[in-house]
Amino acid sequence: MEFLNNIFVYIAQWIRETLATLGFTPVWVEVSMAVVYLVAILGVCTLAALFYVLWERKLAGYIQYRPGPNRLGPNGWFQTIADAIKLLTKEDVVPSEADKIVHLMAPVFIFVPTVLALAVIPFGKGMAAVDLNLGVFYLIAVTSLSTIPIFMGGWGSNNKYSLLGAMRAVAQMVSYEIPLVFSLLGVVLITGTLQLQGIVEAQSQVWFVLLQPIAFLIYIIAATAETNRAPFDLPEGESELTAGIYTEYSGMKWALFFLAEYCNLFIVSAMGVTMFLGGWQGPFLPGWVWFLIKTHLLFSFFIWIRWTFPRIRVDQLMHFGWKFLVPLSLANIFLTGIGVYIYKNGLGWW
Amino acid sequence: MKTQTYTVNFGPQHPSTHGVLRVVLELDGETCVGSKTHVGYLHRGIEKLMEDRTYPQVIPYTDRLDYLAGISNNLAYVQTVEKLMKIEVPERAEYIRVILAELMRIASHMVGIGIYIMDLGAVSAVFYPFIEREKILDLMCHITGARMTFNYMRIGGVAQDLHPDFIPALDKFIADFPRFIEDYHKLVDDNEIFKARTKNIGVVCAEKAMDYGLTGPNLRASGVKHDTRVINPYSIYDRFDFEIPVGETGDCYDRYVVRMREVEESFKIIKQAYKDLPEGPVMAKVPKLIKPPQGDVYHQTENPKGVLGCYVVSDGSPKPYRVHFRRPSFNNISIFDELFIGHKVADVVAILASFDFVLGEVDA
Amino acid sequence: MENNKNYQEMLANMFGDKINFNEEKPLEIYVNANIIVDVLKFLKEKGFSFLADISSVDYKEYFEVVYQLFSFDNSDHLTVKVKIDHENPQVKSITGLWSTANWLEREVYDLMGITFLDHPNLERILTWEGFEGHPLRKDFVSKSGRK
Repeated sequence: MEFLNNIFVYIAQWIRETLATLGFTPVWVEVSMAVVYLVAILGVCTLAALFYVLWERKLAGYIQYRPGPNRLGPNGWFQTIADAIKLLTKEDVVPSEADKIVHLMAPVFIFVPTVLALAVIPFGKGMAAVDLNLGVFYLIAVTSLSTIPIFMGGWGSNNKYSLLGAMRAVAQMVSYEIPLVFSLLGVVLITGTLQLQGIVEAQSQVWFVLLQPIAFLIYIIAATAETNRAPFDLPEGESELTAGIYTEYSGMKWALFFLAEYCNLFIVSAMGVTMFLGGWQGPFLPGWVWFLIKTHLLFSFFIWIRWTFPRIRVDQLMHFGWKFLVPLSLANIFLTGIGVYIYKNGLGWW
Repeated sequence: MKTQTYTVNFGPQHPSTHGVLRVVLELDGETCVGSKTHVGYLHRGIEKLMEDRTYPQVIPYTDRLDYLAGISNNLAYVQTVEKLMKIEVPERAEYIRVILAELMRIASHMVGIGIYIMDLGAVSAVFYPFIEREKILDLMCHITGARMTFNYMRIGGVAQDLHPDFIPALDKFIADFPRFIEDYHKLVDDNEIFKARTKNIGVVCAEKAMDYGLTGPNLRASGVKHDTRVINPYSIYDRFDFEIPVGETGDCYDRYVVRMREVEESFKIIKQAYKDLPEGPVMAKVPKLIKPPQGDVYHQTENPKGVLGCYVVSDGSPKPYRVHFRRPSFNNISIFDELFIGHKVADVVAILASFDFVLGEVDA
Repeated sequence: MENNKNYQEMLANMFGDKINFNEEKPLEIYVNANIIVDVLKFLKEKGFSFLADISSVDYKEYFEVVYQLFSFDNSDHLTVKVKIDHENPQVKSITGLWSTANWLEREVYDLMGITFLDHPNLERILTWEGFEGHPLRKDFVSKSGRK
């Protein structure tokens, strides 16, 4: 049990020792380990995206009384791989009037914040590639970068729908960043640390979703908006803007956007699990299994939301963000502050 | 800051123009400040083609007008010719016609509502009505052998009697359908986002609706209690007990509500007609060669999309001299240019979808 | 039917012999092309508030424009017909009375080639801008070869 729990930690240790015995100097061991972590993260990233694309299609099919992909492989489980191969072999179409460099770089850049963010996610006890003591801060900073490639994509395509989508995306992602951060601040106030491992360990008695229910709700809403998913999928807004920012993208470039969306959603779910749902804590099963199960459930919840609600309008989105979520999250921080003060100092003035 | 408006070409290839409608929008940011609707991308010259066919040969062409409600178009045309020739249609045929026309209305509204909600972003909401529509199309297939282009009505009756499988299938449909209505109301009616997106959007007051010749659910949503089935009863609609649902404000939400309630009323008619279905022949005695007397006649029926008028001019020969259709969708969407102004792009989509038009009918 | 008699009397009083009544079909009136706007305006005020349709027929010697009016108060239906010269087909537009006439008249113009005077935007609507001829005319020959 203990072994299973720490299997990945042991693997890392074993690689480290092997490298040392092979005669690497400590500096080179660290560099090699960085490469190993990077490969591992990219592996998680790709696998998560591949799996969740299919899972979403399956679940959407279930919600809509239809089988979903069921042709390729057992129960259609190879469908995403086939799709990826198809997309890889497609012609690379670049609009003649597009800003070619910006247009081409956008799908590449979209993966940068995703990979950076995964580096600090604690998949289990001691199982973060980098355990920064500014983890929460870093994560917020990095994920907000993804606004830029999306705007690049919208601008570089030189298409009115794309531009409209890009403008929506920027407005939306910047606005919802604020309630998202504020909702996390409540947790930080309670734990007094920005380190993700520390936050998870602080939840060994009680999950923060119980202490911070409002913050959790705000987080879910803001995270949906941050990842541009229905009912906040305005930048894509299929029925309004054909495909919004993705209108001019095809083949693998589009697939990269698509995969990044799922990676981001995975990160957002993982983050939610870490901050509110006790991270890798749980009985009987190894920590990383618990973490994946919780992330999976939260991810499925996002899918459920997506396939149930209509899309809201752009001005309603802004009103909801600035006039409702921001004040609510501020009030939540305020109340949490009072609560923490009382908890630590008692009701001193009585 | 100096800003400028820009033009966006909305369609003819766009996910929410329901075919090949083209709207050129003048946008100021997200707000629509000008609009010009272009139609005609699906113009096949049906009226001209009909002049070169005999009277029965015209019927299949009517299927292609509002291709989501072929039976209703059939009905309008054959009734017009029957009116011209003064043919009495047998009872059983009338009942079959009413049952099928009302089934068709439900099927058409299922598409209208489903696509409407889908255009607002709730993709799943399109699948549930489509399942019901699929059941109706299966029922149709039992009788007519076709799913979209039925060509089932005949001048003087219907092509053939009900298939023995039809009655049990209809029984099952009648038993299952109320459950769906209930579920769908639960899913959509009180959804806050849906209400925020549709309430007070695209408001058409009663005067404006009349001015622009809106008909069908779009007119009734504006509060005008007008239904050809009741006001100028045709076929045997005067025998059934049903209501005309009307809206209050004429906004997008009312158009949804009216359609939903209309589905329930149609369901009521089907149940009544099915209960009273008499035995007997399904075709009147009509001459082999149909040659209506010289003259012209205008007849209108209540189609799912609105009032379908049919104007037939006969010169006494076996071919119609002129056939003209008043296509409800054509009149309905002429209001768009005015209605879009001042709305956001997303509202434009909501309005487009809430009007439930079919381009096959607009362009003829 | 009594209502129809009333309308006939009212119209006869108002416009005299510029309106012809059809004895067999009491719901049908022939109106002189010059006064069509006045007649329709009069009828609209008298309750025929809904313009259902404008269609046109090519009778080779002359054109006929057919207006279908409905009254929502008492479900009456009235057909108003206008005969127009074949050489110079013109009639006044009624877009000032009903907005729906805008598109309906454009359709008639497009397919039958009848010009509606004072129409705000008389363009082809169903066929494309460069299309030649008016397909619903009886003398129209399609260039693509098929009749």
